[in-house]
Amino acid sequence: MVNPRRLKALIVKEFHQIVRDVSSILICVVLPTVLLILYGFGVSLDFKNMKIGLVMEDTAPDAQSFVKALVDSRYFNVDIGRDRKRIEQDVVDGKLLGMVVIPSYFSQFRERTDKIAPIQVIADGTNPNTASFVQNYVDAAFEGWLQQQYYESGWRGQLLIDPQIRYWFNESLDSRYFILPGSLAITMTLIGALLTALVIAREWERGTMESLMATSVTSSEIMLGKLLSYFILGMVSFILSIFFTIFAFGVPLRGSLLALMLSGAVFLFTALGLGLLISTLAKNQFVASQAALNAAFLPSYMLSGFLFEISSMPVPIQWMTYAIPARYFVSCLQTLFLAGNIWPLILKNIAIMFGIALIFYAILVKKMVKRLD
Amino acid sequence: MKNGAALPIIRIDDLTKSFGKEEALQHLSVDLPKGQIIGLVGPDGAGKTTLIRLLAALMLPSSGQITINGFDTVKEAEKIHNSIGYMPQRFGLYEDLTVMQNLVLYADLNGVMGEERKKVFEQLLSFTGLSPFTKRLAGNLSGGMKQKLGLACTLIRKPDVLLLDEPSVGVDPISRRELWKMIQGLAAEGISIIWSTIYLDEAEKCSRVLLLNEGKMLFNGPPSEMTDKMKGRVFLVPKEKRADLVEIVNREDVVDATIQGADIRVVTKESHPFAKGKPVKPRFEDAFIDLLGGSPKGKSKLAENAPEVANDHEFVIKVENLTKKFGDFTAVDSISFQVKKGEIFGLLGPNGAGKSTTFKMLCGLLKITSGKATVYGKSLIDAPAEAREHIGYMAQKFSLYGDMSVLQNLQFFSGVYNLEGEKQKTAIEQMIEIFNFEPYLDSPAKELPLGYKQRLGLACAVMHHPEILFLDEPTSGVDPITRREFWNHINGLVEKGTTIIVTTHFMDEAENCDRIGLIFQGKIVTIGAPDELKKKAKTEQNPDPTLEDAFIYLVEGHG
Repeated sequence: MVNPRRLKALIVKEFHQIVRDVSSILICVVLPTVLLILYGFGVSLDFKNMKIGLVMEDTAPDAQSFVKALVDSRYFNVDIGRDRKRIEQDVVDGKLLGMVVIPSYFSQFRERTDKIAPIQVIADGTNPNTASFVQNYVDAAFEGWLQQQYYESGWRGQLLIDPQIRYWFNESLDSRYFILPGSLAITMTLIGALLTALVIAREWERGTMESLMATSVTSSEIMLGKLLSYFILGMVSFILSIFFTIFAFGVPLRGSLLALMLSGAVFLFTALGLGLLISTLAKNQFVASQAALNAAFLPSYMLSGFLFEISSMPVPIQWMTYAIPARYFVSCLQTLFLAGNIWPLILKNIAIMFGIALIFYAILVKKMVKRLD
Repeated sequence: MKNGAALPIIRIDDLTKSFGKEEALQHLSVDLPKGQIIGLVGPDGAGKTTLIRLLAALMLPSSGQITINGFDTVKEAEKIHNSIGYMPQRFGLYEDLTVMQNLVLYADLNGVMGEERKKVFEQLLSFTGLSPFTKRLAGNLSGGMKQKLGLACTLIRKPDVLLLDEPSVGVDPISRRELWKMIQGLAAEGISIIWSTIYLDEAEKCSRVLLLNEGKMLFNGPPSEMTDKMKGRVFLVPKEKRADLVEIVNREDVVDATIQGADIRVVTKESHPFAKGKPVKPRFEDAFIDLLGGSPKGKSKLAENAPEVANDHEFVIKVENLTKKFGDFTAVDSISFQVKKGEIFGLLGPNGAGKSTTFKMLCGLLKITSGKATVYGKSLIDAPAEAREHIGYMAQKFSLYGDMSVLQNLQFFSGVYNLEGEKQKTAIEQMIEIFNFEPYLDSPAKELPLGYKQRLGLACAVMHHPEILFLDEPTSGVDPITRREFWNHINGLVEKGTTIIVTTHFMDEAENCDRIGLIFQGKIVTIGAPDELKKKAKTEQNPDPTLEDAFIYLVEGHG
């Protein structure tokens, strides 16, 4: 049974506390902004201006022309030298991420029967990810150069296929475009699960929960009071983050705002369910924050596809991601921001999130007893 | 529920509550009448809070039944929540809301609206004296004011039964007295009140007392029934030296003896009048001790093992114009006092008076704003390590490592105090023997019975034979038997020349002091022996004031 007067009183109380408590304002307004700025400017999964060295042992026109292609590439910041020793030392010192050696017999490759250009690429393997980027980008640059040779002089090298690559949805392959929408899921997880679990644990710690319980307030009213208050807060924060993503970082919103709000609301509902569930088990703030971090924040961070592609995870871990509500929300977000209203996908994701939420609330109703033991 | 007037308002029938293996309450059966103040009295761990939570229908009994107003706490919890007011131990206030916002919340929750609300607020605010503070955050109120606000919140809709869990803990004597007046007014209006307390002197003010100890009910009835049994068995004897106490306690015909200022209060066995003793009125605590089989006997082995303090400074601690400011607020305002070697010096004062702040500065835990505090002439701020070597410190709340075993705690604290090798081993062995830790050596400290926790706290503080011992409310909440054992050790150590500084709310503890510094609003109101303070408070209306009377009288501006 829910009495509207008591429910209203609980929500009013909650907002008085939110206004007075710096930490909830921090989590709702400052944290999303900081996260967006971090992900917008700080985290970038693509590489631009990688510092590499280039040893030119051949100075023939062909070699010159290839060097120009490398230097013009926006992926590289090239340090050109003649002395292999010096460049090598810079790689060893970590000043350069790798080096390319154009041997003295480079120009002769047109005459070779296998037509393979003998350039050497050395990458700093201490950071394997970057190393493979260096290698791939040099490869790509060489292929590009070969193509150019073909168009300019009709000379056909080893290249047999001429792929014309276009990237859909994220034309310039800007990682910001998929990270920023994804980070909204993190913000919502923090508000829904962490903040909610914390504020309820605080009521246990300070003994206010005990006082409330001894009044005629029902436990549904207590839970609903928290749910509605933090739902409102979470949506405000969501809207704020969307605004930043679109206007401050220029990420396009190709789907409808309505679909975005709908999926956000359903995800928040799910996250709140998890937060409330944690709070019925964790009665002090330390345990609550640990539980929320492990049960909500970390899975959302690592297993939602927000930073790490799910399809490249080991299969058992891929299975695990199906249980993570954030996975479905991240998929909604990335679709709505970058692709548009693909309703079948969006509705399916929303339905799954809603299903998970129902499980949470079913457990919650069972666990929720107005009693201390 | 007026028809229930003839019936008891609370009926407890063969109630047992266990947590795991431990039985917090054992087969309790009692009927409590309506409209009375019922004292639920007992030391920490007696089962008071558990019983109150069971009464508030916030816990389920393991077996047995409770009915309030005819409603069963298991099946009709909602009806019970509609007819009770409950104030848990930790206020249960929203500290980040203002006084008014707290009241409004509880008024909304209880459906007290409109004109009625206006009237109720007005009444409660004047009743509690909180009218000038409605805009203040509840967290910024003093302990006493918090309790009053908590009470106001539970009284918004007048309950049939008011359950108060230790409302006077952490509340100074003045606020305590005010709370009592408020409660007595409520009882006169027909509200039944359960007041749980660790202060045995409060029991005497109740119309009925339930005495609990370790989950068992030792007594149920009017407190006079307890004290009447002790008539003609309590005497005051002048004390010449502290050692007299041990001698008297160890006599065959003596049940209990405690220091009371310049005298020793002796309780004898039935029909054994104490020669030369001046008969005095018995107290509830006398009867409690008698019921428990009397005070522990014997000399303090701890003191016997302690070396004589060789230092012959006359003044061990000197405090000159000590001041501590927190921003604009002056917590301690230029206080000065000196503590002699082998003296027990008590710091007494209401909450927020500056006691703890002074204490923390003396132990070197807080920086001094201005003034000086020295130990053996050495400043705690400039030479903290040297000065601290002579000091033992026992904090108010159980401040040992709860997850470590008793032995590990002893090893850790002996290490902290620079005991090594053979010395450390002997010190630990001594402590184990003196305090009987043998059966508990491997138990985590947090699982110890309360009395043992307190012993372990003392053991860790004195292992390195400090010459000065700081005690911060050392026996708050501890049962009277353990408290006697504790003071027996302390008195023994003092005989050996150890200097003691103690802060306390317990007037019983204060009576053990040689001198008391009464602090109020950051200043020392007066310094003197307990009996001198009492003498100052002598008035025509109150020719024989207790130390508590004196405390209130002096703090209220008669000093």
